[in-house]
Amino acid sequence: MSFLVEALVSFLLLFGAVFAVVGSIGLVRLPDFFTRLHGPTKATTLGIGAIVVALLLHSTASAGAVSLKELAISLFLFITAPVSAHVLAKAALKARR
Amino acid sequence: MSRWLPQPVLTFVIAGLWLVVVSSFTLNSLVMAGLVGIAIPLLVRGFWTDRPHLRRPLRALGLLGRVLVDILIANLQVARRVLGPLSRLRPAFVTIPLDVSSPYVATILGSIVSLTPGTVSVEIEMEARTMLVHALDAPDPQALVATVKTRYEAPLKEIFGC
Repeated sequence: MSFLVEALVSFLLLFGAVFAVVGSIGLVRLPDFFTRLHGPTKATTLGIGAIVVALLLHSTASAGAVSLKELAISLFLFITAPVSAHVLAKAALKARR
Repeated sequence: MSRWLPQPVLTFVIAGLWLVVVSSFTLNSLVMAGLVGIAIPLLVRGFWTDRPHLRRPLRALGLLGRVLVDILIANLQVARRVLGPLSRLRPAFVTIPLDVSSPYVATILGSIVSLTPGTVSVEIEMEARTMLVHALDAPDPQALVATVKTRYEAPLKEIFGC
C-alpha cells in the first residue's frame, strides 16, 4: 500500500472518530430528549460514513479489487438511522402529550 | 408473478445485497440470496405503499450529491453548536406544509431531513399534508421551512412528478 493511501485512510479514520466523539458529547451535554436525538444521527452519518470510506479504501488497496461490502454497510446505516430517529421522536412526542 | 414477487426490483436488490454481504458466489449463497429476496418483500407487503414512477433519474443523482454535501456541511455546523455554549441554542418544533401528495415521496423527504444533522422529522401527517420537524437550532423557523421546501422538496417533486 502506498504512503498516500495510508495517509488518506488515517485521515478519514481520525475524521470519523472525531465526529463520533462529538456526537457522544452532544448526547451528554444537550438538555432534553429531542435535542439529544441530534447527536446520534450526526455520529452515524458523517462519523461512520468516513470510517466506512477508510475501510473501503484500505481493503480495495490491499486486496487489489473493489470491495463492495463496506458500501452495503453504509447503505444499511443510511436507511436505518433516519427511521429509528423518526420512531424515537414520534414515541417521545406521544409520551409527552 | 405479482403474488409471489410483489416487488421484483426489491427482490433483485435484496438478493444482490445478500451476495455482497456474504462475499461468495457459490450455489449455496445464490439459493439463499434468492430465498431471502423472495421472503422479505412478501413479509413487508402489508407496509408497502405505491411507488410513483421515477421521471427524472439524473435529477435524482444530482439530489443525492446535494444531500451528501449538505450532510457534510451541516455536520460541521452542528459540531460547533454542540461544543459551544448551549444557552445560545434555540431548539424548536417547526411545522412544514407539504406539497408532495405521495406518502412514498414524503418518506424520502423525511429521511433526508433526518439525515442532515440539526433536523429530525418527528411526524408526517398525509391527511393534513404537514411534516413536524424538530430543529436543534432554529432562530428563524420560516427560513428552515423555506430551505427544506426549495432545497429538497422541489427537486423531489420534479423527480417523481407528484
